[in-house]
Amino acid sequence: MNLSKGFSMFYGSRALENKIDEFLDRISEAGLIYKKAIHVFLEHGVTEDFVTHAEQIGHIESRADELRREVEAGLYEQNLIPDLRADVLSLVEDLDAILNAYDASGYRFTIEQPVFPATLHPDILAIVDSVTNSVEQITIASRTFFRDFNSCRDYIHKVRFYESEADRISTKIKRAIYSSDLPLANKMHLCSFVEMIDNLADMAEDITDKLAIYVIKRDN
Amino acid sequence: MGFTGLIFLSSGLFLGWSLGANDAANIFGTAVSTRMVKFKTAAIVCSIFIALGAVISGVGAAYTLGSLGAVNAIAGSFVTAFAAAFTVYSMIKCGLPVSVSQAVVGAIIGWNWFTDSVTDVQSVVKIASTWVACPLLAGTFSAVIYLVLNRLLRSAKIHLLRRDFCTRIAMIVTGAFGAYSLGANNMANVVGVFVPVAPFVDFNFAGLHISAVQQLFFVGSVATAVGVFTYSNRVMGTVGKGLMPLSPFAAWVVVVAQSMVLFLFASEGLEYFLASHNLPTVPLVPVSSTQAVVGAVIGIGLCKGAAKTIKWSVVGRIVCGWVITPVIAATICFFALFFMQNVFYQRVYTPKTYFISERVYNRMVADGLPANQIGVLKGERYKSGVEFMSAVRARVGKMSGETEQKLLNTAELLKIYIDPEKFENLDPQMFSEEQISQIKQLSGLTFSYRWELQDALIKISSEWAYRPATVINKRYNKALAVQLSQIESVFTVRKKAKKLNLLYED
Repeated sequence: MNLSKGFSMFYGSRALENKIDEFLDRISEAGLIYKKAIHVFLEHGVTEDFVTHAEQIGHIESRADELRREVEAGLYEQNLIPDLRADVLSLVEDLDAILNAYDASGYRFTIEQPVFPATLHPDILAIVDSVTNSVEQITIASRTFFRDFNSCRDYIHKVRFYESEADRISTKIKRAIYSSDLPLANKMHLCSFVEMIDNLADMAEDITDKLAIYVIKRDN
Repeated sequence: MGFTGLIFLSSGLFLGWSLGANDAANIFGTAVSTRMVKFKTAAIVCSIFIALGAVISGVGAAYTLGSLGAVNAIAGSFVTAFAAAFTVYSMIKCGLPVSVSQAVVGAIIGWNWFTDSVTDVQSVVKIASTWVACPLLAGTFSAVIYLVLNRLLRSAKIHLLRRDFCTRIAMIVTGAFGAYSLGANNMANVVGVFVPVAPFVDFNFAGLHISAVQQLFFVGSVATAVGVFTYSNRVMGTVGKGLMPLSPFAAWVVVVAQSMVLFLFASEGLEYFLASHNLPTVPLVPVSSTQAVVGAVIGIGLCKGAAKTIKWSVVGRIVCGWVITPVIAATICFFALFFMQNVFYQRVYTPKTYFISERVYNRMVADGLPANQIGVLKGERYKSGVEFMSAVRARVGKMSGETEQKLLNTAELLKIYIDPEKFENLDPQMFSEEQISQIKQLSGLTFSYRWELQDALIKISSEWAYRPATVINKRYNKALAVQLSQIESVFTVRKKAKKLNLLYED
């Protein structure tokens, strides 16, 4: 390995560090916008504001896709972290899947425009809160995996807490929907939205399961 | 000497090849197996630094001729080097890391066996103790270094990618140092003995003086590089992942622990430095990089509580390989010497004669050797070390290895004639002008024993006397021993064999 290759490797790995950090920032940002978007949707429906938020998530998702591809290519091209490369790639792809789900969810609201009874709004906001918190915690957990993997376990624990909270609220909402006087088609439609939101927390939890294994592998 | 010299040299190059194939794995095995360093990169770095080490720092060691210097005929050296190299090659074929220097010592024991020379028990004990002490030391070092650095790294919270980059650079730098010291310390062992037959002459290139010895060492390095490129990959697999899976960080710790053990417990330079600064010295113990690297891997496995992940069957195979290496080398050497002597009619050793004259007897008394018991042997002539020692043992009983070596050295009959025409053969880099003029004062004199030559030199200057055996004097005494052996080899008169049946007559 000559000196110039050594320097390019150094700057290459620094650039990749930044890209990974930016990728995680984007996920976190998407969560905040998603939360805001649902607030707007429940209060005002599909307004221009809501569409702007949905589009913002779409842009974030596109940028995150670019970052993911660059990180993947960089890891392979520079032959970095050979022992953990597969794990890191899998982690990045799984996190990207959450972003895709945020994006798809935003557009689905725009297209299908579900009408939730006002009595359910606090619970919908609560589940969105739990879901975005669980995603936020998995973002932090992923960040610590790169720097301080011992602390990873603390965040993994929080993801699991928020996921079960989301499950609990989701069940509560579904019961309320089915015990309401709404037509069955509406009930099924609304429930599919609740499941879609809850699925984000499930995805976060699935990642924590994998992350827990990666941490054990790194520990050894 | 041209073509014959090349043939003799070929066995040294074979040994060089096996050094590259085997020892490169100790340096870069873990780095390559963890995929942190590409094999090609490792092989290039290794080859370059081995060559630099050999040409820059290794040439000085050529005069000690390594262990093979004990073999006193060039055809014998050829066979001994071949036996050692072939043994190492066979072991590499099985993917087992072995110690090249132990294979050489094993082959020399085979030469001793064939030539009825006395084998220094110390060298056998040294090999056996290395199998135990070296892995224990390296294992302890690697465990401690791993635990301490791992804790530090965790608290430093360095990004995974930056840590990966630093580990990679550290691996290459450590490996380059390892390769440099391998070339500096071991090239004399593999080609040093062939200095007199090498078909090279000194020349100047771009204002640089390139000596024949440097050229020979460079050729040896090329052979080592070929070994690295062609065969080291196999042993790297055993060292790097055959024993247990290693993380890149642990892989680097293995190399550092191995280097530290070699530096602390085998470095006479460090011992001298500490002693000369009135600091406590670290006791020197026989260590081998091969045994150290295996011990270091096991040490990390045990300290991580991952004893189950260590493949003990592989460890068992490796240890068996260590034990049988000297045995195989000795056996191959014995039969190859027989073949060389009786099929190719080559002189594989210069016979030694032992004779206790009145002067030798008096010398033994003065040196505190058991002269009284062996006084009855006065006037007897013995044609081999084994014959002489068995006669001595019959009268004295069991003696320490050191006493035996002293007796052999005192009674060995030589013919040293200080021929004025041979002064130009004395290496001016090894002797000062004053020393050469002191040797010249002995012009025309003949000595029958090496200690007589030394005594004559001491009469001229007390600088030729060994100093008391302390740590601080070790380096001086070693350099003096090398100088005396150089004088002896330049001025010893050897009979030329005219007929085959006279080859081994005194």
